[in-house]
Amino acid sequence: MRLGGARRWLVLALLVAAAVSAGSGVMNRYYLGVASEVGINVILAVSLNLINGYTGQFSLGHGGFMAVGAYVAAKMTLVFGEQVGAAFQPLLFAGALVAGGGAAALAGLAVGVPSLRLRGDYLAVVTLCFGEIIRVVFQNSAFFGAATGLSGIAPWTTFGWSWGVAALTVYVVLALVHSTYGRGFLAVNDDEIAASAMGLNPLKYKVTAFLVGAFFAGVAGGLFAHMKRAINPEGFNFMRSIDVVVMVILGGMGNTAGVVAAAVLLTVLPELLRGFSDCRMIAYSLLIIVLMLLRPQGLFRRSGKGGGL
Amino acid sequence: MQQLVNGLALGSIYALIALGYTMVYGVLRFINFAHADLLMLGAYAGYFVAPALAPVFGEASYGLLAATVFLAAVACAGVGAGIEYLAYRPLRNRPKLTVLITAIGVSLLMEFGCQHPAVFGAKTRPFPQLLPAEQIHFLGATVSRVDMVIPLVTCGLLMGLWWLVQRTRMGMAMRAVSFNQQAAALMGVNNNRVISFTFALGSALAAVAGVLYSVRASGIDPLMGIRPGLIAFSAAVVGGIGDLAGAVLGGLLLGMLETYVGGLPGVSNYRDAISFGMLVVILLVRPSGLLGRAQVEKV
Repeated sequence: MRLGGARRWLVLALLVAAAVSAGSGVMNRYYLGVASEVGINVILAVSLNLINGYTGQFSLGHGGFMAVGAYVAAKMTLVFGEQVGAAFQPLLFAGALVAGGGAAALAGLAVGVPSLRLRGDYLAVVTLCFGEIIRVVFQNSAFFGAATGLSGIAPWTTFGWSWGVAALTVYVVLALVHSTYGRGFLAVNDDEIAASAMGLNPLKYKVTAFLVGAFFAGVAGGLFAHMKRAINPEGFNFMRSIDVVVMVILGGMGNTAGVVAAAVLLTVLPELLRGFSDCRMIAYSLLIIVLMLLRPQGLFRRSGKGGGL
Repeated sequence: MQQLVNGLALGSIYALIALGYTMVYGVLRFINFAHADLLMLGAYAGYFVAPALAPVFGEASYGLLAATVFLAAVACAGVGAGIEYLAYRPLRNRPKLTVLITAIGVSLLMEFGCQHPAVFGAKTRPFPQLLPAEQIHFLGATVSRVDMVIPLVTCGLLMGLWWLVQRTRMGMAMRAVSFNQQAAALMGVNNNRVISFTFALGSALAAVAGVLYSVRASGIDPLMGIRPGLIAFSAAVVGGIGDLAGAVLGGLLLGMLETYVGGLPGVSNYRDAISFGMLVVILLVRPSGLLGRAQVEKV
């Protein structure tokens, strides 16, 4: 079987995920939990990178998309989980994740369409407001458990699921951006006016970026819900979005490999530094400022912006 | 009538915060995310200064309020100018996104720095009583003293700012920098001084709003600025950011909206969602705001 570079890595990553998952019975559960969280954060960061990095929009609403996915997926498995047999559980889980992603993509569409007329600061604030609106809606909806949220969610997110989906996300985003169609994302980022002069429709690219990015954020939310087993609206506040934004900035906007590395780093480091949790967010914010002053292109790239891997 | 008075007071607070956003945006074309946190710092400055001033001006008096507001404003003006010098000035000619992200970083730093136990700590503190507690009865409505003061302060500051921008040398320089930084520099305007001054002024406005907001609210905490900051920002955009009268109009509009929606059963929990939803709608229909002029994009 002949496979292109990216596809070979995808198959390899999926195999590793499956192998580790099969042997997970004998592994330390704490480490497995952290590893699953790494996978989820990789999904979030890579999907946000499509919007913020490659397409050059600035979204602060990733926490909101994640919330939509988490709630929809969790509600689905809570309602149908009892009725299906054990054999169909993975199928139900996959269906719930896709449904969560789909719902988040719809939300992404709702944010993406206003973004047609806005840019920069305004867009950041509108996405922020959308995230808050989504949170307020969940907080007040009895169907989704209002302020207490949903609990008793089945613990179906294993290492294999989380890393498998993460590998898939990386693959889809890379394949998309490196396709002929996907060059348009970079063109819109580089110069919107020039891109439209070349016959590309910047509006279409922006909305597509929001759709795809939000879809994967929703899937990550579904995985998150089935890992934590209980979710509430406060878990998806503005800080969640900021966490993801920091990963993208640290990794370098539009640099998938760097963003994956940053996501791993920023998930593992806080675990190692649990004793200093007071200072975690202070360190984050200082990191943002210093990075912007000294290395606006992120930690893992030499210079400039553009279409590098 | 009662609703109207409450809405007016709340709206005037939002208008006051929105004025600060608009001043900075008008000159630099950049949203100062840290504005909401300067408001919080202003409130804390008031919290620490008021007990020291109380013996001089007497407990709970208008003089005490004025002195507290003044000192908090001076302190915040210094902090604001300092932030500009350290974080924003080195980025003056970088892409806007870089500045925006830095501003978010500054805002987070202030929020979490102040939550640290060694600074203010995360717990809510009661704000000292700055005005006499008894209320005023007026046309069938009951009004607290601070609710009387706030609209007057906002009105006075709006006129003062208008005078500053339109009638003074500094105001002329601010308008010049806003129009074209390079051309202004060639005409002998000291851009750095103008921008520092604007930041100091915007931060002082935030401090005034912070003290008045805290007198109305029950207590202060390091995250208190976020919600009013967001709503006031919406107000500034709704009115047309960069426009002084627009900021006040937007603030009053959102204050009224919040008061009336908050009084309706069933939807009161959604009042923030409604305020933000209105921002989104306005941006879609009239991206330059109610009073803003549409800008043609130049290639």
